[in-house]
Amino acid sequence: MSKMHIRTTINGDQVDFLGSPQQSLLDALRDEVGKLGTKEGCGTGDCGACSVIVDGRLVCSCLMLAAEAEGAEITTIEGIAEGDGLHPIQEKFLEHAALQCGVCTPGFIVATKALLDRNPDPDERTIRYWLAGNLCRCTGYDKIVRAVQDAAQELAHEA
Amino acid sequence: MAKVVFPDHLLAHTGGEREIEVAVANYRDLLTILEKRWPGVREPLNKAAVAIDGQIYQDAFLEPIGADSEVFFMSRIEGG
Amino acid sequence: MAEAVDYRYVGTSPVRPDGVDKVTGRAQFGADQNLPNMLHGSVLRSPHAHARIKSVDVSKALAMDGVHAAVSGADFPSVQSGEVGGEGGGDVADIAKNVMARDKALYHGHAVAAVAATSVEIAERALDAIEVEYEPLPPVLDVVEAMAPDATLLDDNCFTKNLPEKPDKPSNIASVMVLARGDLDAGFEQADVVVEGEYRIPMAHQGYIEPHACTATVNEEGKATVWCCTQGHFEFRAMTSKILNWKIGDLKFIASEIGGGFGGKTVVYLEPVAVLLSKHAGRPVKMVMSREEVFRATGPTSGSVCRVKIGAQNDGKITAAKAWLAYEAGAFAGAPVMPGAMSIFAPYEIENFLVEGHDVLVNKPKVAAYRAPGAPQAMHAFEVALDDIARQIGMDPLDLRMVNAADEGTQAPYGPKFPAIGFKACIEAAKKHPNYTKPVPEGAGRGVAAGFWFNIGMQSSAEVRINEDGTVIVMEGNPDIGGSRASMGLMAAETLGVPYEQVKTYIGDTESTGFCNVTGGSRTTFATGLAVVQACEDIIAQCKSRAAATWGMDDDQVEWQDGQAVPAPGVNADVSPLSLADIAASAPKTGGPILGRASLNAQGAGASFSVNFGDLKVDPETGAVEVLSFTGIQDAGKAIHPAFVEGQMQGGAAQGLGWALNEEYIYDADGVMENAGFLDYRVPVASDLPMIDTQIVEVPNPSHPYGVRGVGETPIVAPLAVASNAVRDATGVRINDLPLSPPRILAALSND
Ligand code: FES
Ligand code: FES
Repeated sequence: MSKMHIRTTINGDQVDFLGSPQQSLLDALRDEVGKLGTKEGCGTGDCGACSVIVDGRLVCSCLMLAAEAEGAEITTIEGIAEGDGLHPIQEKFLEHAALQCGVCTPGFIVATKALLDRNPDPDERTIRYWLAGNLCRCTGYDKIVRAVQDAAQELAHEA
Repeated sequence: MAKVVFPDHLLAHTGGEREIEVAVANYRDLLTILEKRWPGVREPLNKAAVAIDGQIYQDAFLEPIGADSEVFFMSRIEGG
Repeated sequence: MAEAVDYRYVGTSPVRPDGVDKVTGRAQFGADQNLPNMLHGSVLRSPHAHARIKSVDVSKALAMDGVHAAVSGADFPSVQSGEVGGEGGGDVADIAKNVMARDKALYHGHAVAAVAATSVEIAERALDAIEVEYEPLPPVLDVVEAMAPDATLLDDNCFTKNLPEKPDKPSNIASVMVLARGDLDAGFEQADVVVEGEYRIPMAHQGYIEPHACTATVNEEGKATVWCCTQGHFEFRAMTSKILNWKIGDLKFIASEIGGGFGGKTVVYLEPVAVLLSKHAGRPVKMVMSREEVFRATGPTSGSVCRVKIGAQNDGKITAAKAWLAYEAGAFAGAPVMPGAMSIFAPYEIENFLVEGHDVLVNKPKVAAYRAPGAPQAMHAFEVALDDIARQIGMDPLDLRMVNAADEGTQAPYGPKFPAIGFKACIEAAKKHPNYTKPVPEGAGRGVAAGFWFNIGMQSSAEVRINEDGTVIVMEGNPDIGGSRASMGLMAAETLGVPYEQVKTYIGDTESTGFCNVTGGSRTTFATGLAVVQACEDIIAQCKSRAAATWGMDDDQVEWQDGQAVPAPGVNADVSPLSLADIAASAPKTGGPILGRASLNAQGAGASFSVNFGDLKVDPETGAVEVLSFTGIQDAGKAIHPAFVEGQMQGGAAQGLGWALNEEYIYDADGVMENAGFLDYRVPVASDLPMIDTQIVEVPNPSHPYGVRGVGETPIVAPLAVASNAVRDATGVRINDLPLSPPRILAALSND
């Protein structure tokens, strides 16, 4: 199968890669671009482990074709930290012990970033519904929700 | 004399005896005595866990057994 | 009870050492290992739940462009029956046949052949080219029907074990077990009330978010290196060695970070296949399961039928209890019915009881351990029946449990007397908890239940190295699923008396650290923690003698205090204390690098009890259940890292509630699982749950220097009955079976 040339911006860098027409954005990120921080838990859009932000929208990268990302701006977990420091969301996840095994964590952090970018002051219910597309089997979500609440406060403080 | 108790699933190997009293100083010697009494019993016992005075050992061997000790054979526990 | 001790680091919740890697996407999980020249392996799976395999022909697949290896059952050696390691998965001969079917496919999804090709797409097309001739057989799907004398047999050589005499006919009952004490009839005669019921729970999956994955490479000398996500790389190595008949020394296993396991990653599925494919192809092979494969072909936990009868007096005293348990083993023997039978009455002091357990073969995937394996099913039945007793005699459910609670010295139903345990302390804490003293919200119901797990010890090794500047490396061999690196670091810091930040914990591969049994059974913090503490004590002993040498004293004239060597009280010497850094700096003069080690087979794991309660609301229109609040109270012995202990309790509660309310394997009549994906096998999401309140009770385990009991297993046990009992309280209708899914609730409400 011949491959297609796809040009994107990933975490601020222009990235060109060759992808096959059927390849998902998730597979392209992992196998062609080497961004292994984005995880696959299901491949069917049900777990959110593959969450990335494409042109400002939170998407499951397993449900999007790589070819559809032509010209898009993509943020992956590798692009969340700022400079040489962690993003406040990442810091709050650590402080609140909001990860156990940590395989869901990249997806949750990206999804939280997308949430707080559009709604800086979400209530608990909003957080829970926004994150309902991200499965975590380890934590029971309690500490994740608290980390998100705390990160929102911290970011409001910084702003 | 130490009290030694077998669970149901081992009774086939002990001629149906559930409880016996033995004078013995440690677990290794207990196994030797039991094997002498019921040849072949060592193998299933090696697969069992044992509780000596409430303390559970998955693999006892060198553990001492006191004159008033209670020794319970039981199934090994796994876990998730 | 041991006195409360003030620790400096133990009992605090610092950030874990692997944390930054895990929030930035750097951490390498099972599917993240890529090698140059790597091939992709895929597995052909049986389309039948039960069939004889008459022939497998991989030649057409092998002839395809881009396909470099293809194997089927015939390529694997036959494996002798036996156990591997201390834990996990049952008989290795069965595990071998589960990894690759030989003469029979025993469930829909059973591996039949595998290929390695240059891409996943080519590998998948190659699977279509494999020719398998099956002779379909009727599937055996119901556990009770499977036990019938005329049932279709999965295995003609399965003769029920543990009977007084070997039976003369084979059956699907792999083994039975009985625990009994006292006089059951007399006990029931003394009872004022008797409750009896049958409780069914379908199979449920551990549901770890990371699918199984591995990468194997075999070199020209026949030595293999395998990267995989596992709860125990040493046991994976042992199983692979037995299944392939390779020497352990020719296999090196490297544990990646692991994206959840809960018991499900204690047994091999892909690893021996990947090694064999790599050997045939002469290239590295990576294999990653799809979520569908995870559901169809990796261990769920047993579906079960439990029958329970309890007799009690009006004052709450249980006079007799009887239970009959049948657990689905799946395709091969090894349902956790034994621990189910041993745990069902464990929280209580009962004079007259009988429990019979059955390990039953059915044409479903071979079960694997799942958090407190076997306990949730049996204890659900008992805790629900106990709730009905409380209602009939009009007693608070916590008071009823207190009347019967086991305590230090109680003869456990499985034999020995309990040492110090925390069950009563948990009940008292529940009774006083603000969530319990507040009224049940309008329209909701409250459920209460107890949980229990034995916890285990087993083998662990640890090494502690002191760097030239006094910083500390802890090396051990237990994959970190929930923050155990931090707990090891805390125990090391506490023991050595150095700041936590000065300690780094690493998890070695099978060749860089000593043997450790799996991370599972709530053993890691207890047993590997014990090894770390002992290795630190080894360091302290060496540091004391190096300080003594420096000062020209005898070893026993030196003490270790707050991370420094000081002269013992009464020793008159004009010297300044020597810190670990000082001693490390002068190590070249006092004997060279400082290295401590310990290896042990930990005994004396302490049982962990819990009391959980929750307020649940049922929508009579839709049958949907909403969890308004949930409280977990559990004896941790000692919480080394309290935030991670809470996390275990919260995560276990969520899994228990998911199992109680929604999760189940749904089979059609042909034995095909109908909901093999996260869309239809619905695990709890954030919007399904409230905050989960926790209270850690600490009754120290006398067998651990810091009192650790282990916490990971117990939290999943009680939520099942909490949910049942709360729904009963809310609706007035008792539903015995799980899950309490909307259709089941609606049916029960309309019958009423
Ligand atoms: S991998 Fe994309 S949603 Fe699960
Ligand atoms: S921390 Fe393991 S799945 Fe979320």
